[in-house]
Amino acid sequence: MAHELQITSASPSPDLLDLPWEIALAQWPANVLAALPRGLSRHVVRFVRLGGRVIAIKEISDLVAHNEYELLRRLERLDVPSVVPYAVVTGRETPEGEPLEAALITEHLQYSLPYRSLFSHILGADTATRLIDALAVLLVRLHLIGFYWGDVSLSNTLFRRDAETFAAYLVDAETGALYPQLTDGQRNYDVDLARTNIIGELMDLESGGVLDEGTDVIGIGDSLVARYNELWQALTEEESFTRSERWRVAERINRIHGLGFDVDELAMTTEAGGQRVRIRPKVVEAGYHARRLDRLTGLEVQEHQARRLLSNLDDFRARHGSDDPEDQLLAHQWITEVFEPTLQAIPAAQRGKLQPAQIFHEILDHRWYLAEQLGRDVSLVEAAESYSQSVLPARPEEQAILGLTPQEAEAEAAQAAAEDPYLDR
Amino acid sequence: MASVTFDHATRIYPGTENPAVNELNLHIEDGEFLVLVGPSGCGKSTSLRMLAGLEDVNAGRILIGDRDVTNVQPKDRDIAMVFQNYALYPHMTVAENMGFALKIAGVAKDEINRRVEEAAKILDLSEYLGRKPKALSGGQRQRVAMGRAIVRQPQVFLMDEPLSNLDAKLRVSTRTQIASLQRRLGVTTVYVTHDQTEALTMGDRIAVLKDGLLQQVGTPREMYDAPANVFVAGFIGSPAMNIGTFDVVDDVALIGNARMPLPRYVLGQLGNDDGKTQVTIGFRPESLDLVPREDASAIPVHVNLVEELGSDAFVYGTLATDPGADKVVPQGQEVIVRVNPRAVPEKGSEIYVKIRPGQEHIFNATTGERLASA
Repeated sequence: MAHELQITSASPSPDLLDLPWEIALAQWPANVLAALPRGLSRHVVRFVRLGGRVIAIKEISDLVAHNEYELLRRLERLDVPSVVPYAVVTGRETPEGEPLEAALITEHLQYSLPYRSLFSHILGADTATRLIDALAVLLVRLHLIGFYWGDVSLSNTLFRRDAETFAAYLVDAETGALYPQLTDGQRNYDVDLARTNIIGELMDLESGGVLDEGTDVIGIGDSLVARYNELWQALTEEESFTRSERWRVAERINRIHGLGFDVDELAMTTEAGGQRVRIRPKVVEAGYHARRLDRLTGLEVQEHQARRLLSNLDDFRARHGSDDPEDQLLAHQWITEVFEPTLQAIPAAQRGKLQPAQIFHEILDHRWYLAEQLGRDVSLVEAAESYSQSVLPARPEEQAILGLTPQEAEAEAAQAAAEDPYLDR
Repeated sequence: MASVTFDHATRIYPGTENPAVNELNLHIEDGEFLVLVGPSGCGKSTSLRMLAGLEDVNAGRILIGDRDVTNVQPKDRDIAMVFQNYALYPHMTVAENMGFALKIAGVAKDEINRRVEEAAKILDLSEYLGRKPKALSGGQRQRVAMGRAIVRQPQVFLMDEPLSNLDAKLRVSTRTQIASLQRRLGVTTVYVTHDQTEALTMGDRIAVLKDGLLQQVGTPREMYDAPANVFVAGFIGSPAMNIGTFDVVDDVALIGNARMPLPRYVLGQLGNDDGKTQVTIGFRPESLDLVPREDASAIPVHVNLVEELGSDAFVYGTLATDPGADKVVPQGQEVIVRVNPRAVPEKGSEIYVKIRPGQEHIFNATTGERLASA
């Protein structure tokens, strides 16, 4: 029976119809492709430019495609860092009437970096540790809302620069499921699998010669478990104290803010005839600083970038003699007098290399070095100009780091064939 | 290797009243391949996750061998979830891809090599051990993923819809591979699927669940030949069994215009609703013979569609009635009939069929339970 192509999407673009759905994704011609992913994935994945944006297309069975699409939509509504689902295409078939698998389409996350590209290009030895920290935060956030991932790994995650750290985003929800609440067994299984997968991925980088042979890959995997447990405890553990230590309530909340989370609900009970108090955070939400910055300035940035910007904003406020941390007028003044002029000192052609908040963060760092070097105070605009001349030109464009271009992929395949005489395809 | 026992195992999700799994009692023998099957929401995946340690057990217990694992963490249960993670690492050889979890666990190099080679032999991957996964076909990559679980030598393999994310071609070949591999390894395996064909073709035994309740457990043959109730009867088999509820007058069931005398063992067990005696009768599409219209037990079927599959042909029809007889017939009752593919009836015509003696399935019309023949 002939099938009809069916596209399910919240905001379908007619441009989608121009893509060659009657061809298996692996055979799509190079001229429609923006890139192929690095490494091996379970399914065929391709990046395609559509209108002004980049989309990722994954070939997968009907049922799984619809499930994952729905799940990603729910995660989006729950405000969890994850890729944004765009559409599901079903009913595909070749001109000869052979059915083809469904396609799940997600929007490419701008300025995101796959871990393989982080290791193959840019960063130093502590990169792995910073990625692990980001992944631990993501896993805790997912578990707090009841999401069981089922296949946590570096390759199922994308990373964005977040000041001196990274922020992690969930990419692949194929094995995941949302529950009202996770059991300890589910959490422990996810964490244990994450450890195994991460060590496996790092061993692979070792084998590929992009990670030093001497790196303690098992130690890095173990650190995920430690970081996760630390954070989970700090956020959810019950503590009890005597009535006279009531300051500990505020102290706990501050500690949670320090970890970048908000306390939306805290359960407090008394025992021993009211002599002892027990507290347990019931609802905690990530993005404490990011939300505060958004409230004050309308800027939407990652958590650590927000901290950096807020501390600059706080300095600005102090210099202007305001002691109201929620002063929106002053925050607006900071945007127009500090944030924007600093970024405008960067030539437009360079501005797309990094997210604006990340550029601002790096200029703050650069100013510090410059001031030390010159032995005097340096203005932000001066620092920005110096940064744009001495640092930014050497930095890669990171707005759309996707993987390999079709030409690179072909060259890589040819090289693999040359190295392996048995390669039969 | 070990047996698996669900002993009144119950899972109630927080904030819900009906158990997702309700007092499940199931004993899986050492080395057995058991398939949990049922429609979405029946509790099959929850049961598997309880065994894996991913769901709390709110009542009852779960044993692996003689060991009560009800409160044991997943990684300490000595089980392997096969196919949960089968991303292969491009820079590592097939052997490294299979053995890396053992390396992490600190197993000695010699022992890793030994286990990897042994698994590769079973999986027909020996000649590929030194090669990179890029050089493998899709099916071979699947086998490497299986190899990862095998080298860990767990007590029990768990598989939760492992074929659902494979394309159609790989699905059929992987199905056969998993089943034959399991027999060669002899590792106790619990396999979850919603697909009854998968269940019938793979399992030593099948357990059918519905609404958190175990309906029946048995060999594929038992489930097919003697379904315990109407639900199992309709669920197992493709195309599905024809099932209808008919009036009984003078110990004879009225099916369309046909009069089907009921076997003697049934007579004492019939339900009586509103003073009317009824019976539920099931008959598989292949249990029907074409007969002349004059036959007293001929059931008239109006042919709506004929599906020709080469080796078989199926008539999709509705139970037809002659004027004046319609008050005793469920209107629009659908009937599927297997017919000789070399002599298929015309669409729109009427055919007459008769249930082959002894191949009817008779159920209590009220409870849906199979009526015992003993």
